[in-house]
Amino acid sequence: MQVLKPGGLANEGAAIELRSIDKSFGAVHAVRDVSMRIDAGRITGIVGENGAGKSTLMSILYGLYRADAGEILVGGAPLQMDSPRDAIAHGIGMVHQHFMLIDSFTVLENLVLGAEGGPLLAGGMAAARAELERLGREYGLWVDPDALVADLSVGEQQRVEILKVLFRGARILVLDEPSAVLTPQETEQLFRILTTLKERGVTVVLITHKLREIMATTDQVYVMRQGAIVASRATRDTNPEELAELMVGRKVLTRLDKAPARHGEVVLRTDHLSLVDARGVTLLQDIGLEVRAGEIVGIAGVSGNGQTELLQILSGIRTPSAGTVEVGGRVFDSAHPATPAEMRALGLAHVPEDRLRQGMVGAFSASETAILGYHEDAPFTNNYLLDGPAVGEHCADLMQRFDVRPRAPGLRSSSFSGGNQQKLVLAREMDQAPKVLLVGQPTRGVDIGAIEFIHRELVKSRDAGCAVLVVSVELEEILSLADRILVMFAGRIVGEVAPAEANERQLGLMMAGAQAAA
Amino acid sequence: MSTSRRPLPVWADIILLPLINIALAFIVVGIIVEIIGVDPFQALGLLVTGAVGSSESIGYTLYYATNFIFTGLAVSVAFHAGLFNIGGEGQAYIGGLGCGLAILAFDRFLPAWLLVPIAIAAAALFGAAWAAVPAWLQASRGSHIVITTIMFNFVASALMVYLMVNVLIAPGSMTPQSRGFAPSAALPVLLGSTLNLSIALALACCVAVWIFLWHTSWGYALRTMGHNPAAAVYAGTNLKRMTMLAMCLSGALAGLVSVNELMGVQHRILLDFQAGYGFAGIAVALMGRSHPLGVVLAALLFGALQQGGAELSFDIPGITREMVVVIQGLVILFSGALEHLPRPWLQAVLARRP
Amino acid sequence: MHELGSILFLMAAATLRTATPLILCAMGGLFSEKSGIIDVGLEGKMLMAAFFAAATASLTGSPWAGVGAAIVASEVLALLHGFACIVHRGNQVVSGVALNILAAGLTVVLGNAWFKQGGQTPSLSHSQRLMPLVFPNAGDSILVYVALLSVPFTWWLVSRTRFGLRLRAVGEMPLAVDAAGISVTWLRFRAVLLCGFFAGLAGSYISIAQNAGFSRDMTAGQGFIALAAIIFGKWRPVPAFGACLMFGLLDAVAIRLQGLKVPGIGEVPVQLFQALPYLLTMFLLAGFIGRAVAPKAIGVPYTKEH
Repeated sequence: MQVLKPGGLANEGAAIELRSIDKSFGAVHAVRDVSMRIDAGRITGIVGENGAGKSTLMSILYGLYRADAGEILVGGAPLQMDSPRDAIAHGIGMVHQHFMLIDSFTVLENLVLGAEGGPLLAGGMAAARAELERLGREYGLWVDPDALVADLSVGEQQRVEILKVLFRGARILVLDEPSAVLTPQETEQLFRILTTLKERGVTVVLITHKLREIMATTDQVYVMRQGAIVASRATRDTNPEELAELMVGRKVLTRLDKAPARHGEVVLRTDHLSLVDARGVTLLQDIGLEVRAGEIVGIAGVSGNGQTELLQILSGIRTPSAGTVEVGGRVFDSAHPATPAEMRALGLAHVPEDRLRQGMVGAFSASETAILGYHEDAPFTNNYLLDGPAVGEHCADLMQRFDVRPRAPGLRSSSFSGGNQQKLVLAREMDQAPKVLLVGQPTRGVDIGAIEFIHRELVKSRDAGCAVLVVSVELEEILSLADRILVMFAGRIVGEVAPAEANERQLGLMMAGAQAAA
Repeated sequence: MSTSRRPLPVWADIILLPLINIALAFIVVGIIVEIIGVDPFQALGLLVTGAVGSSESIGYTLYYATNFIFTGLAVSVAFHAGLFNIGGEGQAYIGGLGCGLAILAFDRFLPAWLLVPIAIAAAALFGAAWAAVPAWLQASRGSHIVITTIMFNFVASALMVYLMVNVLIAPGSMTPQSRGFAPSAALPVLLGSTLNLSIALALACCVAVWIFLWHTSWGYALRTMGHNPAAAVYAGTNLKRMTMLAMCLSGALAGLVSVNELMGVQHRILLDFQAGYGFAGIAVALMGRSHPLGVVLAALLFGALQQGGAELSFDIPGITREMVVVIQGLVILFSGALEHLPRPWLQAVLARRP
Repeated sequence: MHELGSILFLMAAATLRTATPLILCAMGGLFSEKSGIIDVGLEGKMLMAAFFAAATASLTGSPWAGVGAAIVASEVLALLHGFACIVHRGNQVVSGVALNILAAGLTVVLGNAWFKQGGQTPSLSHSQRLMPLVFPNAGDSILVYVALLSVPFTWWLVSRTRFGLRLRAVGEMPLAVDAAGISVTWLRFRAVLLCGFFAGLAGSYISIAQNAGFSRDMTAGQGFIALAAIIFGKWRPVPAFGACLMFGLLDAVAIRLQGLKVPGIGEVPVQLFQALPYLLTMFLLAGFIGRAVAPKAIGVPYTKEH
């Protein structure tokens, strides 16, 4: 879709123009013929689902990737972006989703990296210190220059990233999913900073898939889907519903139809569960929860508030520092920790948050992945010997029942799409008719069609009498799936709500640690 | 890395690419031979004749290949577990100590049918034990196994020198070597050369490793750990135990070199009998893609090089046996560190085909 | 009293003599490792350098030509290592092992072809060697002083310069360096080349200063001891220097004690002293003596998506 005036006239007020940018990675057409105009001194949003091509587009703008075709104009002049150096030289700075900070360096060292001001450090460091102070005053962005980055909070680290960009004299700031790692308060703070930057004449590009942020901060928004721009709007002329529709290309998830839960007895219980890591940081504190047979308990929360660690402990991967976990009547504590194998034997199945990193082996065939964790059990193994045909048939059967495509048990696991990988892992875990099913981020990186399938399967499992514990950072998902919602913040469960009574605002406040259970 | 080209077909990846890598290594060697003033093709001819020209030379080739199979398998098993065992040298050395000690202790009163299995078991056990220490350090203390296995090679060497010079030296001997083994400890010789029955042991080990890795639940768990340790933990595998298992197996296989060398050929313990085989095992494993069948093929090539190289150095005084070491180094370089070098080119060529 | 003084002096001199190649090699290796490139191939570089130093000195009569040739030879291996590990993202350990084996073979093959003495170079005369500068009985050739100066130089370069900052950064997080618009490839190549330079000096010291010619495998694991010293010094120049001195001292003591009978124990096992650097480093790595934290990105090839 052509959104700028044709003819190559240098538009006044355009900080950046992209013209017909195109980029493929192998067979993946990541960015398709994208043209856009980013106004100077305003905040432009680029919104789209994960994998819509937003980050790739910005990486092209920043010189990290080179476009296969198309043109980039900065301040009206066409430019060749071969490396970030070119982008930096033209006043473009980028705050990456994963911070580009060196943990063992001080803030100041991180700041000057790449802009040292001469072959010797001493002079440049002193100048940088003064400049840091000035930027701090001007934009309200104060950070201790001599602190080690490893000791800073995530929000502070992000501030260092923004300072780095400003320090290099950038007048155009690109932020890639900046709130993904922030608490709601930190996010609020970030938005205040962005507004201040705008007032000082800085151009901001905000890439996100969170509509609330687009509505709250931007002046103008582009919607990307499958690599292409599908719409552009002035923010005040649109609303979240319209943007959501544009993003996914059809009506968003309808609420899941499900019968009320029939509660059975408690099969998973934790009591005063705590976890302190090797550095002495408390990750989990006094977690007490119960999951009954036949219900889905959802755990909501901003990622990084202990959900990952909770799943690790419940599945036997990690040992708690204190407290107990009880599964099917067996009690485990730090002195008698469970192992994943024991938990599995007790009927606990686990769909991990990060299936590629944990739930499967990319290099294995699908049929090998389909026995991961059950590889010592009959019928796959008899007397330590693997039964190849049985393993293959099992996988073919799972693929049939869970609609995994392509139906190729011999194909490398990593060759399947995200949704099909997730279905394969889910199939493996549900096939054992578990008593307890732990599911982390059930639909992360999964396309819409598969999401609904996965949700229905989880409800089916519940109706079959399984106790299901779902951890998700997607509020919508929790609201539609769960029979009870627990909210986690800073390693604690800060409240419990029934989905019927819950609304996003109230949950959001709890997730921010602002409000205990009503 | 994403490339705009399609990945290589499997056959090209496991057959063509290794062959190209070997060819590159040989081209470089040819240039070196040329530089020192010898006709590379004449040298190649002599090398081939020397390696397979007579049944006796074939015997020698197979004898060398036996050692390479053991160390190549050792490195391969560790590779599959995601571990890089550079300590094959030391494990083979200490395996020899175990083998020799068992024989020296029992050869005066045990019959061959009992002595030989005990000696083989001792070789494997000592090799495994020498690998177990770095394995334990990695599993429990987080020390990097590459560094610790290297260090342990040197420690093994120092220990063996001490033991040979001060403890195990045969009374009245001027050179540091033990007394000769009784004939009951000798393995039957084949083809009138140094080739002996341990080649059967080596081949049996190949089959056993193949079954273990791909057809047992433990092998499955070991490979899972190698590809994705987090998934292995998730699957209920105890990584510490699996690391120990993988390294002990690896060390045991390396330790078996001494069965070929001490029980098959030398019939006594002596210094540096394993010299170079441990490191060459890395080349064998890389070239053989860590698959037992590949290891056998690569070991045969290296065995032929070793034997042919020895013959070559008799025929052409300008060339020493170390030429083989150069080839080994180049093979590791090209099929290990530079394995991706010909890939883009190969992809381009294959893509052009209809 | 005077005798004790002279024994101490000789011990100190002996320590420094054995420590010199370790120090040079460790400082070189430090650059490589700091940049995130594991260098198991220090041994091979040093061996190759030792051979070319002696061969060139013997052929030209000039020790300085020898040093130059040694540096070139070592740099060729360094470039190969860089080509494999930086450009082609090969396994760094495999590459290092390959270069070690290549050097072990090639030095003998070339030596034999050129000098026909079973892989040795001809014995070098005084004028073909780097001789002691001040104390004839202490072996203080110029490279000993270079080694001593290389430590503050390395410290300064790593901690006080732009290059050093970037070097440390690229070993911790190459992506951040790339995102800052700095070439990871060029930075790592410079580190690898510095490593080659110092390993070249170390090798030439061994064959034309400490000894009078090259003999096969004459580095005898000193490259690995230098590697151990880097780890022992927790990847910091001054502590690594300390570790080199300690390992040098161990060696000097071992030589002193050779053949000596200690009442009650018997003959001192010299091999124990030879194994001690490795054993101590393993103790350190096992976390029994503090913790050695390697640069975070060490051994991981940097892949940039295109």
